[in-house]
Amino acid sequence: MSAISARGERAVRKPAVRSKKAGGVKSKHGSLIANVLGVLVILVMVFPVYWAVSTSFKRGLDMNKATPEWFPVPGTLQHYVSAWHKDFFLSSLKNSAIVVSIVVVVSIAVAFFAAVAVARSRFRGRRAYIAIIIGIQMIPQTALIIPLFVMLSHAHLQNKLLGLCLTYMAVILPFCVWTLRGFVANIPKDLEDAAMIDGCTRTGAFMRVTFPLIAPGLIATSIFAFIQAWNEFVFAYIIMQNNDKWTASVWLASFITQQQIDWGGLMAGATMLAIPIVILFMSVQRFVATGLTAGAVKG
Amino acid sequence: MAAAETPTLESSSRQRPAVRRRQPLASRVAKRGGPYLLILPSLAVIGVILAWPLYNLFVLAFQKFGLPQILHMSHPKTGKAPEWVGFANFSKAFHDPQFWSTLQRTAIFTAVNVAATLIIGTAIAVLMGRVAKSIRLTLTAVLIFVWATPQLVGLTIWNWLFDQEFGVVNYVLTKLHLGHFLHHSWYTQPWQGFMVVTFVVVWGAIPFIAITMHAALTQVPEELVEAARVDGASPLQVFRNVMLPILRPILVILTSLSIIWDFQVFTQIYILRDNRPEPWYFLISIFSFVTSFKAHDYGYGSALSIITLLIMAFVSIFYIRQLIRISEDQ
Repeated sequence: MSAISARGERAVRKPAVRSKKAGGVKSKHGSLIANVLGVLVILVMVFPVYWAVSTSFKRGLDMNKATPEWFPVPGTLQHYVSAWHKDFFLSSLKNSAIVVSIVVVVSIAVAFFAAVAVARSRFRGRRAYIAIIIGIQMIPQTALIIPLFVMLSHAHLQNKLLGLCLTYMAVILPFCVWTLRGFVANIPKDLEDAAMIDGCTRTGAFMRVTFPLIAPGLIATSIFAFIQAWNEFVFAYIIMQNNDKWTASVWLASFITQQQIDWGGLMAGATMLAIPIVILFMSVQRFVATGLTAGAVKG
Repeated sequence: MAAAETPTLESSSRQRPAVRRRQPLASRVAKRGGPYLLILPSLAVIGVILAWPLYNLFVLAFQKFGLPQILHMSHPKTGKAPEWVGFANFSKAFHDPQFWSTLQRTAIFTAVNVAATLIIGTAIAVLMGRVAKSIRLTLTAVLIFVWATPQLVGLTIWNWLFDQEFGVVNYVLTKLHLGHFLHHSWYTQPWQGFMVVTFVVVWGAIPFIAITMHAALTQVPEELVEAARVDGASPLQVFRNVMLPILRPILVILTSLSIIWDFQVFTQIYILRDNRPEPWYFLISIFSFVTSFKAHDYGYGSALSIITLLIMAFVSIFYIRQLIRISEDQ
């Protein structure tokens, strides 16, 4: 996308034309007001994140002061060391990794099948299915906690990774189906038909033509599922009550007790746990930004 | 639906007889059943995990269910068996002034938060298209950081930043000479408290809205906007008549999702109020939770949840129809 608009700009170098650019168009330097506003937005949005990371490096006596210490100088790595050695860190990290990978892979596969059905065929009951998918997101989560907990313990799935995985899938699936449906629908059926005229079977046409075009959509949706599952707290807290079954977010909450909050440890732990998401997101950011609504023919 | 599909199937196979010979009856049956096979796994997961709890929620709403009944569940000889009370829990809600005031508060809160989220999110998306590349990349990275912050951590931080004693917000506002904010408590005045809550909710919701809207904005063809300008359209007219129709489907989806999310806001208020929200901070979700788990009136709490669900469904009928229409246009 940006490559195209950059090329377009080089073609029309006249300043008069450039000053008329539309909202969606990216100019190379932007206007001064826009840039100032942009920096302001960045500062407001990033401050809590900055505060979390900088607190994780602060000495205990620099944390709660009437005049805030803006920078962690002189800093310390002590909170990282203690968070790393805090009980159940590695086991909860392992649990989270298992749950998240199962949830992401299975939900995306299952949601993709459903999305293809909803986007590509007009079957009886399609509207009912869409209504269910959208309706599920309206159920208040707090209302489901207790009946869900009772059901999972009856089925001996409480304190089991499987129980948590199934719960996450049920919660995440509707959003994934709906988002992926948009991607599949955005890809013209003509492309598939053309491939079929050239001798592909329907499945072959789908796998060779449509699937690669949906890849950005699959990645964007996977990221969403990943973040949801990685950060989810309430269900994990209720379902995984044994210490050795904690997920990372439940482990994080153990820094907060009735008596006090271990600010340094909490922020060091949170920073460490955010690293995988940030790395993942940055490496596929290209797909997420263009993939969210991109069409096949234009891209 | 199936009847509508058959003629096109036949007409297309009439054009290409070769295809018809390669697709015997079995595969045509598979095509009919195909969609159902494809949606089956998702329905199975949703059914297994959500159907029974949902059914239980409905059952509870028509029962008198408190501590004696919980005791009875684990030790059948003690306590009392659940008692069917018909619509008593619902009529209790309709005669409860707290229910009505909470509902009103929830409606206003949702309206304010959805509007603020969408307006600010869209403004940031437009801004992303107008700033220098380095700033756009930084902004995207920041939005991702915010998105990746676990809700619990984000809320704990905000709670700290708005703290009465050591809050950075009080310090900064005082230093900027915007008033005397030292030792200012943000929660004694409910409207100020809700301002903080709204601020935190919008902060958390912006990354998704802004990134999606920015992606949608890049889909508006430049030529269309340019052509409208050449024809003398004002920026507002360009937005209303050119961009809005293209952005409409994604706006509808973002609005409906925001309404669903903001109507159910729970964790934000619960944590900002240190797990002990005062009654004047109750939204319907908190009211229902407190009724169930603090007052141990599970029947009434479930009825409140069902009412929430029905209100959401009613409000969203329009959106669901719109979404189905969108999905049929494509």
